[in-house]
Amino acid sequence: MIPGVLLYMMLVAPPVAGWLEGSMVGHVLVQIPLLALAGGLFARGVSGGRGSALAGFNAGGILGLLVAVFAVTVWMLPRMLDAALRSALVETAKFTTVPLLVGAPLAVSWPLLPPVARGFVWANVISHAAVLGWLYSVAPNRLCTRYLFDQQATLGMTLLIVAIALLLGWGGVAIVGAPQTAQSTRRA
Amino acid sequence: MLAASAAIAAGLAVLAAVTDGFRAATTEGAWRLAVTERPRPLPDATFLDQSGHAFRLSGLRGRPVLVDFFYTSCPTICGLLASQFQAMSDSLAERSRGREVVLLSVSFDLERDGVTELADYAARLGSDGRIWRIARVNAPDELRDLLDAFGVVVLPDGGGGFVHNAAIYLIDAQGRLAGVYDPDAAERAIAEATK
Repeated sequence: MIPGVLLYMMLVAPPVAGWLEGSMVGHVLVQIPLLALAGGLFARGVSGGRGSALAGFNAGGILGLLVAVFAVTVWMLPRMLDAALRSALVETAKFTTVPLLVGAPLAVSWPLLPPVARGFVWANVISHAAVLGWLYSVAPNRLCTRYLFDQQATLGMTLLIVAIALLLGWGGVAIVGAPQTAQSTRRA
Repeated sequence: MLAASAAIAAGLAVLAAVTDGFRAATTEGAWRLAVTERPRPLPDATFLDQSGHAFRLSGLRGRPVLVDFFYTSCPTICGLLASQFQAMSDSLAERSRGREVVLLSVSFDLERDGVTELADYAARLGSDGRIWRIARVNAPDELRDLLDAFGVVVLPDGGGGFVHNAAIYLIDAQGRLAGVYDPDAAERAIAEATK
């Protein structure tokens, strides 16, 4: 719980927030994921692995996953990124909802998700990162009015690299993990 | 199952709310939509054109005005806008002797674009100062109000120039901002202005 709180306190500190929001990559690929991580660490600490009081509603982790997916979709909209930079109210909403509605439900729900659902989530994260990265790289217009064109292209390239890295990492785990699973099956 | 359905419904409702009913994911898209649906009043800015003549925005009322924002040393998008305004100016001169619509290009580079620079720019592009006027405002706070009213965001590019959203803006005959069009949509802008 404490690491989550410390990470959150660091991220909301105006110099850190201003520095991360100074670039599109910092805003989209560092600040928002770290805010979600802070929420996740906090939720894990609070629940202590015992599951949440909402466990009855969150059977199989589906509810938490849906909440996280919709919340992160909202904060990936270019106009919401602009709005967070323009309005203190929207910025506060981002600092509140990303940890609470993305990180926390995801952390609580992930262990409950069946392996097939986790694979589905990873496949979607990778494909969306690749598609968004390509779109940001080739878009002829600026999608965010508060960021320069080259920052948008850099975000696009970074998203493509992240997609490839995740694909290799996920694929590697799947391939390396497969023989172990077979071995344990034989032992059983 | 009920909770998941409620989450999907709530999530879609929130997404609909922040995208104007799934119609605008960007600030520029949202602004264009809002302006088209609800024309906005504009500040009555005072301009200085390429001939050094001062005029107010309210002085143009009664005829639609198509506006763009630029700076004379712009190496990128302003060139496209200028060629569109050239084409619109020629078209308007032929079909109505310029009585239908006013074209107004406004520089936001108050440091470098004085009347002399605007006159050079106008001569280079063939702006006649009648159908198509090239102008600037005098005071920085007046420029800021004007850019805010048009939804134009100008950012220094770090190399002495600017990055800005480029569009063709329509002011209707009542003096309200009533439309925002892509820089290459001159024909559509003219059609909307004259309908």
